[in-house]
Amino acid sequence: MSGYPPEMQESLARVAQTRLRRLRETFPAMSLEERERVLKAFHPDYIEANMRPVRVGVSRGQRMPLELADVLEGRPHIGPDFDLRAPLAEADVLVIGGGGAGASAALLAQEHGARVVLVTKLRFGDANTMMAQGGIQAADRPEDSPAIHYLDVIGGGHFTNVPELVEALVSDAPEVIAWLEGLGMMFDKLPDGTMVEQHGGGTSRRRMHAARDYTGAEIMRTLRDEVRNREPDITVIEFSPAVELVLDAHGQAAGAVVVNLETGAYGFVKARAVVLATGGGGRLHYQGFPTTNHYGATADGVVIAYRAGAALGYLESMQYHPTGAAYPEQILGLLVTEKVRGLGAQPVNRHGEQFVYPLEPRDVEAAAFIRECLERASGVVTATGQPGVWLDSPMIDLIHGPGTTRRSLPAMVRQFARFGIDITQEPMLVYPTLHYQNGGVRLRADASCDLPGLFIAGEVSGGVHGHNRLMGNSLLEITVFGRRAGRSAAAFAAGARPGAPTLEHVAAWNRELDAAGVVTEVISPILLPDYVRRSGIETARVWQTREVERGY
Amino acid sequence: MQPDAAADDRIPVYIMGKCYMVPPTLTIMKAMEYAGYRLLRGCGCRGGFCGACATAYRIQGDPKLYFGLACQTVVQPNMYLAQIPFFPAQRARYDICQLEPTAATLFSVYPELLRCLGCGTCTKACPQEIDVRAYMAAGMKGDIARLADLSFDCIMCGLCAARCPAEEAQYNIAILARRLYGRYLAPRSRHLEQRLEELRAGRYEDELARLRAMTRDELVALYRQREIEPGD
Repeated sequence: MSGYPPEMQESLARVAQTRLRRLRETFPAMSLEERERVLKAFHPDYIEANMRPVRVGVSRGQRMPLELADVLEGRPHIGPDFDLRAPLAEADVLVIGGGGAGASAALLAQEHGARVVLVTKLRFGDANTMMAQGGIQAADRPEDSPAIHYLDVIGGGHFTNVPELVEALVSDAPEVIAWLEGLGMMFDKLPDGTMVEQHGGGTSRRRMHAARDYTGAEIMRTLRDEVRNREPDITVIEFSPAVELVLDAHGQAAGAVVVNLETGAYGFVKARAVVLATGGGGRLHYQGFPTTNHYGATADGVVIAYRAGAALGYLESMQYHPTGAAYPEQILGLLVTEKVRGLGAQPVNRHGEQFVYPLEPRDVEAAAFIRECLERASGVVTATGQPGVWLDSPMIDLIHGPGTTRRSLPAMVRQFARFGIDITQEPMLVYPTLHYQNGGVRLRADASCDLPGLFIAGEVSGGVHGHNRLMGNSLLEITVFGRRAGRSAAAFAAGARPGAPTLEHVAAWNRELDAAGVVTEVISPILLPDYVRRSGIETARVWQTREVERGY
Repeated sequence: MQPDAAADDRIPVYIMGKCYMVPPTLTIMKAMEYAGYRLLRGCGCRGGFCGACATAYRIQGDPKLYFGLACQTVVQPNMYLAQIPFFPAQRARYDICQLEPTAATLFSVYPELLRCLGCGTCTKACPQEIDVRAYMAAGMKGDIARLADLSFDCIMCGLCAARCPAEEAQYNIAILARRLYGRYLAPRSRHLEQRLEELRAGRYEDELARLRAMTRDELVALYRQREIEPGD
């Protein structure tokens, strides 16, 4: 029985009719010039009306989505006179963020002799890491090399990546795989121990390591379990996001003010070095897109690092993952892993025909989907007006044998089965969804930034991926730079001679907002999106309207 | 406010005992937000992976207790909802590097494993449709590989532990088994070890240094020449 409504049946029948023929056909990949043309015409980053320059701070003038500029120009939660005399906790290294990057940093800082406090907004592990399904890249097969990986990364990023960061990423990758396995992570392997590795968009070698389609969850739960084994060297404080960095008299990071979300109480966590690993901002719903991101992804780290004086980069480019669920409505925008295409499922239009090479870099693939739906009107439109294209998942079992989908994509099978759709028999309807913040706080190879004593790792940082990240390089990034940040922060803390803590930069920020004539009701970081009393689709437009209605 | 298209066919659900009218297409999570709850606990990834929103519910007139993830379960008329945001489950501390991958390790780290009654209440509660009873049985036999395999899709939401009459924390036992398997029992990857040796010997440093120093045009030329390895 079909899991789709009657009006989609005709198109579904065409997809089924063309399937066997398409098994033997490969749609040609675009040239670099074609990629650029389709990006400029159809990628959301190029819609000028939805972007503006930020008006204050060290990176003023930088172009970014309106929603991000609004929270960057927000007012602080606390004033400069907040009492820092009685810290809530003290540590050598404060790690802000309880995802994969923060957990990696905490482990390495502890191994290098630091006492660590890790604060996180929601539960430890409530992070995009947990949701990453497809895999983690590392060049560890004889046919592959770190140099080939380097070329794939920098080409995928349109040659705008910071070279030293790409070098660090690809050089550390095999070691990270071994480290994760040493902690007990279960990778997909053949009986002789060979890693099962697939292609991802933009890769020239198969180097995507996976743990079924729970790769990120497997990394996160393993790292989390290990962090908990190291209490009390590492103390974890949940439901306590940072709202402001604290500096010392020399301008070095000296801790952060956090808020207990349950009591509303603010408190100072004093530290000799700080690791910022707060992830991205998909829950700001740039340009009204739905998102794959977890509930707490509100760009907090970028906001507080910027206010304290760290420079930003690459924030004009956001990643819209080509395959977000477009049907059913209940899971709109939810990630359909790229591994589905890696295993051979083709994107096809409503006529059942291919229109794009299945594994272009993500931004190009997403732009091609948008073109197919908007310009060529060859997408499928749901009853609620949501456009989409088919992702022909039944091809996977035809290519690799019956049972492959269930074995390799159990999370996807389960997710759609909950709504009556059997993806081994019927395709999925997909459309681009807001997925990743390519840019952020400007990162250096040792995971430092231009604020002394502040180290950064993961999606909060910018530079590794240039203007477009490839699949499997974010689980890699969080572990590579999380480890580097932990090591660097522990070393910095050991040599630090911190002066008296101060929030003087908060006063300076308020003065700058006033001088620039910024009038705002936004208090940032916003910490959580506001979805109260609204049905269905989560979009920024509604979110912003609500903020206005509430008058704050 | 936007006009509410679903206003006419809204259905009653009971959240913590209070009745709210909500559109029938919503998930439990979105229905709670529609009803006016701003979620803090009991909401994480909103995508079925993190286990934050474990929910128990009943339907009026039906004695059966149902379980699901609030972000993945669509509301039904006369649903009685309660979230389980935090459950104090037993978790052992251990040094994974000092353990041996044996049955004795499982029994000494989690002695309560052997108290499992085999009743299957855990299996009925699992929103991931994992046969928790079967993996506990594998654990009691000391079969770490099977325990690891059967429990692999666990999102550690805690519903099994919340329901267990023998006071087991099944999901914590399961992650111990998976870590023992991954570290000690999974077959070694020779190609990975070989690459690590090459990296330690500095084999790729010169090549990477050359790439790092290249101009954009040089990189573009090399990128165009890449040979794409066929898929698996």
